Amino acid sequence: MTIESLATGAYLVAALLFIMSLAGLSKHETGKQGIWYGIVGMAIALIATIALALDGGDHGGMTTIGIALMVVAVILGASIGLWRAKVVEMTGMPELIALLHSFVGLAAVLVAWNGYLMVEAVGDAQTEIAPDLLGIHHGEVIVGLFIGAVTFTGSIVAYLKLSARINSKPMMLPGKNALNIGALVVLLGLTVWFVITPELWILIAATIVALLLGWHLVASIGGGDMPVVVSMLNSYSGWAAAASGFLLNNNLLIITGALVGSSGAYLSYIMCEAMNRSFISVIAGGFGMEAPSSGGDADQGEHREVSAEDVAEMLAGASSVVITPGYGMAVAQAQYPVAEITRILREKGVNVRFGIHPVAGRLPGHMNVLLAEAKVPYDIVLEMDEINDDLSDTDVVLVIGANDTVNPAAEDDPTSPIAGMPVIRVWEAGNVIVFKRSMAVGYAGVQNPLFFKDNTSMLFGDAKERVEDILKAL
Amino acid sequence: MLIGVPRETKSGETRVAATPATVVQLLKLGYDVLVETGAGEGSSFPDDAYVEAGATVGSADQAWGSPIVFHVNAPDDSQIALLQSGAYLVSMMAPAQNPDLLSALAARGVTALAMEAVPRISRAQSLDVLSSMANIAGYRAVVEAANVFGRFFTGQVTAAGKVPPAKVLVAGAGVAGLAAIGTAGSLGAIVRATDPRPEVADQVKSMGGEYLSIESPETEVSATGYAKEMGDDYKERESALYAEQAKDVDIVITTALIPGRPAPRLLTAEMVATMKPGSVIVDLAAANGGNVEGSVADEVVVTDNGVTIIGYTDLAGRLPAQASQLYSTNLVNLMKLLTPGKDGELVLNWDDVVQRSMTVARDGDVTWPPPPVEVSAAPKAAPAAAPKARAEEKPPPGPGRRYALVGFAAAALLLITAAAPAQLTSNITVFVLAIVIGFYVIGNVHHALHTPLMSITNAISGIIVVGALLQVGTGNTLVTILAAIAILIASINIFGGFAVTRRMLEMFQR
Repeated sequence: MTIESLATGAYLVAALLFIMSLAGLSKHETGKQGIWYGIVGMAIALIATIALALDGGDHGGMTTIGIALMVVAVILGASIGLWRAKVVEMTGMPELIALLHSFVGLAAVLVAWNGYLMVEAVGDAQTEIAPDLLGIHHGEVIVGLFIGAVTFTGSIVAYLKLSARINSKPMMLPGKNALNIGALVVLLGLTVWFVITPELWILIAATIVALLLGWHLVASIGGGDMPVVVSMLNSYSGWAAAASGFLLNNNLLIITGALVGSSGAYLSYIMCEAMNRSFISVIAGGFGMEAPSSGGDADQGEHREVSAEDVAEMLAGASSVVITPGYGMAVAQAQYPVAEITRILREKGVNVRFGIHPVAGRLPGHMNVLLAEAKVPYDIVLEMDEINDDLSDTDVVLVIGANDTVNPAAEDDPTSPIAGMPVIRVWEAGNVIVFKRSMAVGYAGVQNPLFFKDNTSMLFGDAKERVEDILKAL
Repeated sequence: MLIGVPRETKSGETRVAATPATVVQLLKLGYDVLVETGAGEGSSFPDDAYVEAGATVGSADQAWGSPIVFHVNAPDDSQIALLQSGAYLVSMMAPAQNPDLLSALAARGVTALAMEAVPRISRAQSLDVLSSMANIAGYRAVVEAANVFGRFFTGQVTAAGKVPPAKVLVAGAGVAGLAAIGTAGSLGAIVRATDPRPEVADQVKSMGGEYLSIESPETEVSATGYAKEMGDDYKERESALYAEQAKDVDIVITTALIPGRPAPRLLTAEMVATMKPGSVIVDLAAANGGNVEGSVADEVVVTDNGVTIIGYTDLAGRLPAQASQLYSTNLVNLMKLLTPGKDGELVLNWDDVVQRSMTVARDGDVTWPPPPVEVSAAPKAAPAAAPKARAEEKPPPGPGRRYALVGFAAAALLLITAAAPAQLTSNITVFVLAIVIGFYVIGNVHHALHTPLMSITNAISGIIVVGALLQVGTGNTLVTILAAIAILIASINIFGGFAVTRRMLEMFQR
């Protein structure tokens, strides 16, 4: 038994633990076990790798500086990570996750560059790679670099958009599809060239092109599609890790990367289904492009306003209430008063449930996390499909900060930009109360006929303040 | 401006176009109201009540001579003669059936607003008298039927034996039909309903009835909100359904009306003959020829086999106080629309589809029929066809194409693997299998856990630190520095990712 064979065994165990970790995360009951599997797996993998690096194998152990740097880097990284995880607001979760994705991308770029510096840059003197595998190594360097770079800048843009540091409107460069395809063709050419003659400038050029491509891909996607983008970047970060695994001939990296990559891709696929978008066009970054065709100017009729006291009265008299929150609830931090109302109504025997659209919020599952934070029991938080059939028996629906996800135009108006997107059919309920700051359109830029329906009343103002008003009246 | 409310002179009419309650609202809009002596008697509103509300009481001539006249029924010739030129007349006038009336009003120089001509759009619902009257008529139809029907509606188990519930069939699930379904249901009867518009099935269910669909390609999604006349094939299936139901049910309430046409014949004399003795039919369409063969307008007919056919046309008027209140509230809502300044000045906006549709005579011209208005919430047929056509251009991949795709991918993978050196082969094997595992592991994840899942995969993809760890101590300074940076940021990922996932999962509680 050598250190190397031990490490290989450890990697296999770690990989299995990661699989169990993901499997555990698919249910509430096993979620906590899942985390522990993941943590243990990660610990085993790190210990094995450090042992392997210290032992050194081919190139004779780590230098002292290397060890010192490693220890410092791990400690520093761990403290930053733990600190951020502790202080982050649940509403800020999308930004944090996007930022974390960018780290994986950046790490993959650095690993790829190191791969170049350790092998190609040294030329014939290198001892890492057998000569007949050199060509493949060249290819792996540039592929790893490419995926990592795209993930890196893409996630940075997503982070900036989500934290509202840049405008979340889609950037519209002329010929954007041609730009994307052109960048891919250039990268392909550079890859072939680099495999034949591994020159430094080709690698630099490829890095720049890939960084720009990642930037452009995400910049041309609108803020409303961010849940898909975030899970897509999650997938990309997995592929980046897998590419590094190929580069380093490390099975653990390949397995883990592929796991994350395919699970992220599947998650994006679920999101796309929920928004009725084509999966391919999301991956390619060219979606959300159709200009809104049916103008919001058409005569929609009049909306009616209602006061918080009336809503409170209505809620107290109802036997079944459904709350459909959206991003507006997260922005206004209204989840605590909403949870309080839920508690009071449930004590009065009112059947209160939540209906969550798959793409509500800016992150898959965003609303669930916020409601859980406010201690809403998770068994009354239902998905769109679970709640839709019950809405016709519901007395009151509270739409808090949601717009496009409850838009009847998606079902009624074939010319609408969101036509065909599954929506929560709140308008089937007896009364619908829409909490909104103004009559402005939602992220998709579409007017919402729901606001003008006879059973809909509008409650204008900051969602949190209005919900607190209702709470007082109750 | 002065609003005149004359007494209704049509025989049997009990309604009135303004109640004391609506007089108050009209005064608030800035109008003055003059009510003819005794106008509210039929609905139990004495003159004193009107005076108390702020109206004046006057003669028929004064009421008809007002600049604005509210009425329930269409005016007769002598009443038209009393109208001033340039006055506004608001009443029901069945414009499609009464072209002579419209031309007489136009010749008189009257601007006439027909309350039946309100388009069926959401915004105009508060002025739709057909709906408000039909609602009452549907309720009353059940009450009339119950009055004649010699049994309970609800089923009971008593010490003296079991009583089966009555079975009620409602033909036509419009406003009247739905009201009838609700009323009969709340009395305890088993209620079934038919309607050629399949989209009303849910509405029927919501009122507690069972929707009997007539399977036919012709079943329509109505674009105007009203039913239309159906083709022969449909009628055959329909009559088969009615023939079958007639033998089973105790009470039939027919409400089928097609605007501007004679009522469709739903039940033939043969079907009525198969009904059980003691059964009751209420034909709400008796005024327009009747849905039932043998029904007579305004009369109760008992057939040879003991089936009672009620053909009252004044069902709404049989609840006079309520009918007057709803009708006059419709008129108040109309005046709200016509009085944008709330200053008692009537302004007719020709660009508003509601006002345009209702105006049947103006400035000496007959302005009926109005331009069509698309009203139904159901999607229009034409645009719906367009996306379908687009979908056909790109058919979903058939099984053949999918096999070809899988085959192609398999072949490509095989070639790549075969051509690759041994080391890469094993890498690819691991890679492909891991992808499949990832796909299945995630396949049944709970919706609510997407965010924690994403953050844990994030933490796990921090595994890239392994690559950096293997590179950090190799002697080359640049490599060491880059690797150290990679370790730093990947560590943030690992620790931050796990910690934040834990924090989130702690919050989920039952």
